[in-house]
Parts: sequence; structure tokens; C-alpha cells
Amino acid sequence: MLALDKVSKRFGGLLVLEDVSFAVPKGCVFGLIGPNGAGKTTVFNLVTGLIAPTGGAITFGGVSLIGKKPHRITRLGIARTFQNIRVFKEMTLRENVVVGMHTHLDYGVPQWLFSLPGYRGAERRAAERAEELLSWVGLGGRASDVADNLSYGGQRRLELARALATEPSMLLLDEPVAGMNSGEKDELMAVIGRIVSRGYTVFLIEHDMGFVMGLCERIAVINFGRVIAEGPPEAIRSDPAVIEAYLGREE
Amino acid sequence: MSNWLDTFWAIYSNLVLTIGINALLALSIWLTLSCGLLAMANAAFMGLGAYTASLLTMDAGAPFPVAVLAGVALPTVVALIVGLPTLRLSGVYLAMATLGFGEVVRIALLNADSLTGGALGLSGIPQLTQWWHVVLAILVVLLVLRQLRRSRIGRALEAIKEDQVAASLMGVDVMAHKMLAFALGAAIAGLAGALSAHLSSYIGPGEFGFDRGVDILTMTIFGGIGGLTGPVLGAAVITVLPELLRSFRDYRTMINGAILVLVVLFLPKGLWDPARMRSWFGRRPSYAPTIVADSPSAPEPR
Amino acid sequence: MLEQQLVNALSLGCVYALFALGFTLVFGVLGVINLSHGAVFMVGAYAALAVVTHLAAPLWVALMVALLASGLLGLAIDFLVLRPLRHRNAPHLIPMIATIGIAIFFNSGVQGVFGAENLRFPSELVPDKQLIVAGIQISQLEIAIIVLSFALMAALMIVMRKTQLGRALRAIAESPKAAALLGINVEGLFYLTSFTAAALGGVGGVLIALYSNAVFPLMGQPMLHKGVAVIILGGMGDIRGALVGGLFLGFAEVLSVAYIGSTMRDAVAFGLLFLVLLVRPQGIFGKILERKA
Repeated sequence: MLALDKVSKRFGGLLVLEDVSFAVPKGCVFGLIGPNGAGKTTVFNLVTGLIAPTGGAITFGGVSLIGKKPHRITRLGIARTFQNIRVFKEMTLRENVVVGMHTHLDYGVPQWLFSLPGYRGAERRAAERAEELLSWVGLGGRASDVADNLSYGGQRRLELARALATEPSMLLLDEPVAGMNSGEKDELMAVIGRIVSRGYTVFLIEHDMGFVMGLCERIAVINFGRVIAEGPPEAIRSDPAVIEAYLGREE
Repeated sequence: MSNWLDTFWAIYSNLVLTIGINALLALSIWLTLSCGLLAMANAAFMGLGAYTASLLTMDAGAPFPVAVLAGVALPTVVALIVGLPTLRLSGVYLAMATLGFGEVVRIALLNADSLTGGALGLSGIPQLTQWWHVVLAILVVLLVLRQLRRSRIGRALEAIKEDQVAASLMGVDVMAHKMLAFALGAAIAGLAGALSAHLSSYIGPGEFGFDRGVDILTMTIFGGIGGLTGPVLGAAVITVLPELLRSFRDYRTMINGAILVLVVLFLPKGLWDPARMRSWFGRRPSYAPTIVADSPSAPEPR
Repeated sequence: MLEQQLVNALSLGCVYALFALGFTLVFGVLGVINLSHGAVFMVGAYAALAVVTHLAAPLWVALMVALLASGLLGLAIDFLVLRPLRHRNAPHLIPMIATIGIAIFFNSGVQGVFGAENLRFPSELVPDKQLIVAGIQISQLEIAIIVLSFALMAALMIVMRKTQLGRALRAIAESPKAAALLGINVEGLFYLTSFTAAALGGVGGVLIALYSNAVFPLMGQPMLHKGVAVIILGGMGDIRGALVGGLFLGFAEVLSVAYIGSTMRDAVAFGLLFLVLLVRPQGIFGKILERKA
């Protein structure tokens, strides 16, 4: 579904990614792991169009993503959460999620200008869908709370609900369980499992090995900007290059 | 009773209508602020609207509605042209660029003597603005903005204000929305300019420069940018203040300046802040029962 | 005749550059558009004038006083107004609005105290003796302006490029949070920058007051407008930009007055400004990237 082919990224004199190639198959849970600073978030930023690659190709369902603006890429079906949480703090949970539905709220100017039934119906449906997504991630009944008042774990779940609202076919999750305690992690693992069973493709970055090994069907390992291994969890676990990269960084 | 009203109107009509015009301007700045842009250029757009409309009624004998329409259209078009390159800038860079643009317009108005009367400005503008024009304009603008806020566009603007990267990744076309806010703000400012020019019979390039921009900004910030009430309230208070402070003469400008600083420091959300007022009046926001609890009491890492 | 114009242009350009330098320093390091810079510029001129008329001090003392007075004012503004806003993490436009209020306050305050009329430095103090340097007639004042301005700018450039302090300031301009993590005393350097920028402004104020023979309460305002133009032309937050932009504006203004007509003076500047805004809004040396937190 998502394919990176010999992607490289240079920032000034620094080569952050080099010759990165892998593919995320449809319906798969794909994990990207590697030591800090290896270039994982850069991969996400490239895929979502925030930065442009210095070389190589990125395609999604056969369509090239290079040169497209972020909001266009989202409309193609890719949604994302962030390593350092980026919820809209002063908006309510419901409003946060409804922002994700922006593209799908199809009413025109006369509709909202005169509060016509088409507009009102669409807004009501959006609110309902938002509440549905919020209960899905375990934030049900709190739709009117302000996002800033949520706990850290709650905000991560809000980001997930918001990403789902864009009706993506693929979710990019950037360290979805960072900073959570084990109870929350298990909960989130279950939520993601439910998401995958509904047909979403999940591509995630994570440091928590237990989480990654338990959830992912395929894993790519990146170190110093290069892919050093790719395959199912059992193969990665015993790959000597991977073990060496993580020496001293036991989770 | 009606005698009192007549007397009141005879003395204060200009003040009341000026409040109306300023309310329009404050709302135009509110719009750009609502997606995180600072428009120091709105005074310039007002000037463009004022001159366009005046020249049409004076030199081309155009009917008032047509002149006003042109006064709205020209600044909008200019905003679209200027917005395209400059809205790529962010934050303070954009504010600086709009300041520069304001300068550009001021100088243009000053130098295009034959057209604009240069430093002397235009006098003898027919006083075609009726009180109900101003009221109508305010009502229409308030309606449009209120509806806009509740639509997906308003929501997108707020998302952009909070975090434009996150907004773009949620499918919001950030550039298009910024252009919309900028151009619509220019349109409202142009409307205010066209109406204002035909209220007083004179306009000069000095009225649409930096000082004007500062005045409007003060009104909006002072009143509060949380909603639509704030700018209108701020316009009313700041317009009336010099009248009240008449006795203080020279010091009233000083007081203006001091007010601005104090408001910024101590009333960050402006005068009209629903949240703060709610907490003053003891009304607590309602909570819905939590079905799934988040992690209990222990402080969360950030 | 041309040489004379060039000298005028150079002197004027130097003062513009000096003003823009302070302005762009605060912009680059603190990330704030400090619209009270015109006010501190003006206060410097008045401070020098007061010292000269009431204490019969020589000009170089007056210059020092202006430097200190403006510098301290700039520091006070930073400490009392900008610092609380920093700690509150206010969105960047808020400090700018506060500086507008400060400018209004001081402009009208000075007017209340000193009156709105044009005041002048005593003519015997103004070094206007004409000299012939390399065949060009130039006054002592112009030499002083050019030499002083270039000396200050050179000093600033050296500090920024070659010293640890300069590196620290550039790191802060890039990202204050990252700089703090590197152990840089960010808050202290903010104070230093505010002081220095304002001090430069004060010196500029005295120089322009001597050059144009006028001291009046709103003298900072037109400078502010020019400062904005210089920064946009030269590039926001970049010292070289302030220098190049200031000189460029000085030349553009003087030469267009001399050869096209005085009404065109601003028009040329405006045309350039508009062009730059449309084509390269970040200016000659500027960058489009927003500074990180």
C-alpha cells in the first residue's frame, strides 16, 4: 500500500536518511523501530508531505506522494498522530475530532450562511460520529470537555480518534504509547487491534519493544538513517545487526 | 421623549456612527486574528475602500451602492494578490510584512496626487451614508461571521490558529483558509472605509496609516477576541474614551497607551472573556459522567 | 555634486542602518517586533539635549548619556513588560501590541513634558565644520556619523561572528529552548540584547537630531516606518540585512530626491518595498522558516 523506494533526506550537510526502501502491505500492522535520532519521525514527515525527500520515491496505492501538500495527502487516505502531542488544546474533544472530518463535511456557502437543513444535518451527523469515535478510544461521554484538561494518555487517545475521523485507509502512529503506564498501554493495544480488525492499515513508530513485538506483523529497523533489517518480529528479535544497534539500549 | 432623542442624536450621531464604523474594523481584525494572522494592513485596506468609493461617487457620479461595492471589491482583490506571497510567511514575519504593506499603501495614496489629492486628500465627498447603512452593515457582517464560526470553515480557522501543521494533516487546506480570512477581512475593512468616507466629507492619507491600524488593534484586543461581542464592545469603549477623557487633554493619549499595555499584561483575553466571567459569577461548567476513567491521580509525565 | 549627494546618502543610510540594527536585534534574538524602538530612539535624543542644555556638557558626554538612557529604558521595557509575557508564553503578536502601547505612552508623555515644538541642539555644539576629504566636501558631523556608525556595526558583527557571546545569541535566535538546554543564560542575554538594541537606537537618535537639526516627540515614528522598510528589504532578523537595507534605503531616498524630485522620494522606497513583498517577502538575507520555540 505504502512504498518507499531508495528514499534519502539531507538537511544541509547532514544526511538523515539514506537509501530507505520498504513497503507496508495493505491491512498490515507495520512497525518502524530504531534508536533515538535514527530518522524514524523523518520518515513520517516525508510520507505526510511536511518535508520533501532529497531523493527516492514514495507511493501510496501506486500514487506518488512527492510534491503534494499535507492536506492533499491526508485526503488520499493517510492520517497521523504525533510524537509530541498536537491536539487543539482550547477546543473540546468533540471539536477536535470534528476537525478531522473537515474534508468530508461537504456543504457549501449558502448552506452554512443560512443554516440550511443540509448543513445542520451534516453537523449533527459529524457530532454523532465524533462521539462514536471518542467512545471507541475510551473517551466516551467526555465529548464536551476541553482537550487541555485531559491527561496525557487521554490526549494521545484523542489524537487517535481525530486521526480516525479523517476516514483514512492508513494510520501513521508516532510513538502512540510513549509515557503511558502498562494499563494504558494494554488498553491502547486493544484499541489498535480493533482498528486493524476493521481493515485499517497501521504503520507505527515505537520504542516499547513489548508493544511492538506483540502487535506488529512486520517490522523495519532503522539505524543512522539506514534500514538495517526488515521482517516478521521473530526474525527481527534474533537479527544480529538489530541486537548490536540496541546494545545498551535494552527496553 | 422624542425631543430628548432628537437632541441626543443631533449631538452624538457622529459618535455613534463612528462607533459603528470602528466596530466593523474591529471585526475585520478579529477575523484575521481568529486564524492566527495579524493584519496590520487592515487600516490600509480601509483606506483603499474609502478612496475607491469616494472617487467613484465624486468623479464618476456612480450611485452609492455601486461605489460601496467597489470599495469592498478593490481591497479584496489587492488582498488576494498580496496575500499569495506574504501569507507563506508565518507569525512575526507576516506581521512585519503587513506593516510594510500598510506603509506601501500609505505612500501610494500620498504620491498619486492627481488621483487621490495627495497629502491634501479628498474633500467634498457627498455625505451619502445614512445611519441605517451602518447598522445594516454591522448586522450583515455579524451574521456572516457568526455563521462562519459555526461552519467547518470557522472550525478550520480555529484549528489553524492553534496548530497549523496539525490542521493541515487533518485535511485542512491551510493556505486557502488563510487567504479567505485575509481577503474577507480586507473586504470588511473596505466596507468600513467606503461608509466612513461618505460620513465625514473628507479623507486624507494620514487617516489610514499606522496609527489607525494601532487604534483598531487596540479596540479588538481590549474588547476580547474570544467571540464577536468583544470587538464590538472594544470599539465602543475605545471610541468613547477620548470623549470621556476630554478633560485630560494631552494625557489622554498617554492613558490610551497605558491601557493597551495594562490590558495586554493583566487581561490577556480582553474585556469580554466568557470563561473568566463565568468563574467570577461562580457558574461551573457542567461535567458529563466518565465512563472510562483515565489514569487516576498520579501526575502524568509530559 | 554627485559626490555631495553620495555623502548625504551615506550619512543618512548609516543612521537608518543603526536604527534598523537595534530593531532587528530584538526581532532576531527575542522574536519580538519592538515597536517602542522609535520611542527609545527619541528618548536618547531628548536625554542628550537635556544634558547639553542644562548641564552644559560636551557632545561626547551627551552621546554617552543618550546611550545609557535609551539602553536602560529598553532594559526596563524588557524587564517590566516583555519578560512577564515571555513567561506566560504569550503568542508572539501580544508583545508587539504591548510595545505599541509603550510607544504611545512615551511619545505623548514626552510631548506633555517637553512640548510638541521642534527643539534644536545649540548650534555651537554641532560639529558642522566643512572639511575636504579626497576632494569631497564633507562636514565633521557627517564624518562622525559615518565613522561612529560603521564602528558600532563592525563591533556588532565581530561580536556576533567571532565571540562566544555571539554564538550564544545566534543559538538563541535559532531556538531559545534549545539554547537554554545547552546551558546558555537565555534570560540574561535577552536583557543584554534589549539594552544594546535600545542603546544603539539612542545613539542613532542623537545623530539624526544633530544631522537634521530637529528634536521633537514623534521623531521616532517615521524612523519606525523606515525601520520596517529596511528590515523587509534587508531581511528580518539579520544584521547584514539591517546594514545593507539601511544603506540601500538611504541611497535610494537621497538619489531619488536629487534626480527625480522630492515627491518621488518615498515612492521609490515604496516601489522597492512592494516588489520585495511580492517576490521575496523574507528580504535579501532573510529566511522563510519560523523560529522554533
